[in-house]
Amino acid sequence: MTVIDSATTPTETRTPVLQAKRLVKTYGHVVGLDGVSLELYPGEVLAIIGDNGAGKTTLIKCLTGAEIPDEGQILLDGKPVHFRRPQDAREAGIETVYQSLAVSPSLDVASNLYLGREERKKGILGSVFRMMDTKGMRAKARAELNELGISTLQDVAVAVENLSGGQRQAVAVARAAAFGSKVVVLDEPTAALGVREGGQVLQLIKRLRDNGVPVILISHNMPHVFEVADRIHIQRLGKRAATITPESHNMTDAVAIMTGALTV
Amino acid sequence: MSQQTTRPSSAVGPVPTSQLDLAQEFIRRKTPISVIRGVLHRYPAISPAVVLVVAIVVFGIINGRFLAPANLSLITQQVAVIGTLGVAQTLVILTAGIDLSVGAIMVFSSMVVGQASATHGFPVWLALLLGLVVGLAAGALNGLLVTRLKLPPFIVTLGTLSIFTALTLLVSSGSTIQGNQMPEVVTWAGETFRVAGVDITYGVVMMIVLYIVVAFILGKTAWGRHVYAVGDDKEAARLTGIRVNGLLLSVYIAGGAILALGAWVQIGRSFAASPNAGADINLDSITAVVIGGTSLFGGRGTIWGTLLGALIVGVFRNGLALAGLDVLYQTLAVGVLVIVAVAVDQWIRKGQK
Repeated sequence: MTVIDSATTPTETRTPVLQAKRLVKTYGHVVGLDGVSLELYPGEVLAIIGDNGAGKTTLIKCLTGAEIPDEGQILLDGKPVHFRRPQDAREAGIETVYQSLAVSPSLDVASNLYLGREERKKGILGSVFRMMDTKGMRAKARAELNELGISTLQDVAVAVENLSGGQRQAVAVARAAAFGSKVVVLDEPTAALGVREGGQVLQLIKRLRDNGVPVILISHNMPHVFEVADRIHIQRLGKRAATITPESHNMTDAVAIMTGALTV
Repeated sequence: MSQQTTRPSSAVGPVPTSQLDLAQEFIRRKTPISVIRGVLHRYPAISPAVVLVVAIVVFGIINGRFLAPANLSLITQQVAVIGTLGVAQTLVILTAGIDLSVGAIMVFSSMVVGQASATHGFPVWLALLLGLVVGLAAGALNGLLVTRLKLPPFIVTLGTLSIFTALTLLVSSGSTIQGNQMPEVVTWAGETFRVAGVDITYGVVMMIVLYIVVAFILGKTAWGRHVYAVGDDKEAARLTGIRVNGLLLSVYIAGGAILALGAWVQIGRSFAASPNAGADINLDSITAVVIGGTSLFGGRGTIWGTLLGALIVGVFRNGLALAGLDVLYQTLAVGVLVIVAVAVDQWIRKGQK
């Protein structure tokens, strides 16, 4: 078996969009992250896999500002960043789609896309009366959905609760894509979906990458990971066990590395 | 490596519409009842509007005097106070909370205005300003207890209901201040002008203006949209970057300001500042909101529904009285209305799960 380490792949020569260096995060006596490094390069889908408790979620939380690492460094476009709140990461251009989706069911698609960042009308209506530019936001939402090829969501005035699980996920991903100028992080985006809807979300992830936005994907679903990921970061016991590619290793290898049966 | 995993091409064409159109399947499955449910779900003000029209027609047939201008004027005056309080209550209920202290805050504010202007001889503007400050402070107290101590709004406002009632008695010594003891501006909301033969009080006009302003804020501003989002799913709202606690606090404070306005309307309506004015008004305001189609679970409803709800309560009370029925039947009717309204709300929501 040939093991191609990430260090020898040609991507390594480029500057990572997002880079973590030897992150450490402990909760009392429990070590969540034990010196984890991670690199996300422009235009790629990086999957993060690992068993429960391997530190996937903690790693993502540190990268998106939901947790502050005890040690280590996070670089965005080669410059050190210090996120104190999720809002900091978001303002820096890192958008996260949470497992819990974070959509408001009774609001329509466009309102959800712009929730928390509503745009106001120009002139006195916006500045004094604080009137939202509903029309403008709807037009932009439609354009954003078109760009992502989400053809089923043409009616941006429909309430999200009337949508299927896959369509809701599409709304959440579209929001991240619309505002995630640098990085989009997806936490288990297909876990709650059926086969067909899961497939739609995978299409969406590929399209996002093709539009030039690098994606970090956390998933338990090996076929999904191997379908969309360019590289796969494997967490094990709070450490990075390996970074592989779908070309260099197969699913069995990945599971073996996850469980410690195979070391690279 | 034995099993090389093949990667599908990353070039993604448009996904066939037939494969994605789950909404289409859903629409095809619709039955007439589910269509009705869907429409009511989308426009929650429809059912109260129908109930109001039917009630007006029925009461008009039962007793011709019901539609007389003098009686219509009386109904609008009765609705003004509950309608105003209903606005504050709607804001809180939209955030999935409930405010049991609206009546107590209104009475507290009205007694402070009465005492300041009549007993202590403060200038009118200062008396009214004190009333506003009481409303804002009371709302802020509720809001802080809900957001800082993380107590359920039901418990917080149950407690402050008693606290504000006690403070009212402390301020007023339990005595009523008659309208003629107070300056004219304080009782101005009770004065009337005539439109098409119907006497309208300025308090009714104030209430209508309040509805227009709040409808604009809820429908057209980001703050209004955030009120719905927080009531709909608090955690989702937080994750999208809305400052949930700040929003909740602002809702209770805005509610307090509206209740102070309600105090002014109330003084004009009863031409007195009375510590006993708010006995049933808490529950009547909740009744108006619920009958108006706003969900007690938050995130769903309109301010106009509340106006319809307040009108329904007013029309039922007045119409049943004109039909010669005892007060107990009015109370009975309002009770039945509330239960039917909540049952309908549950039924409408069930279709969406």
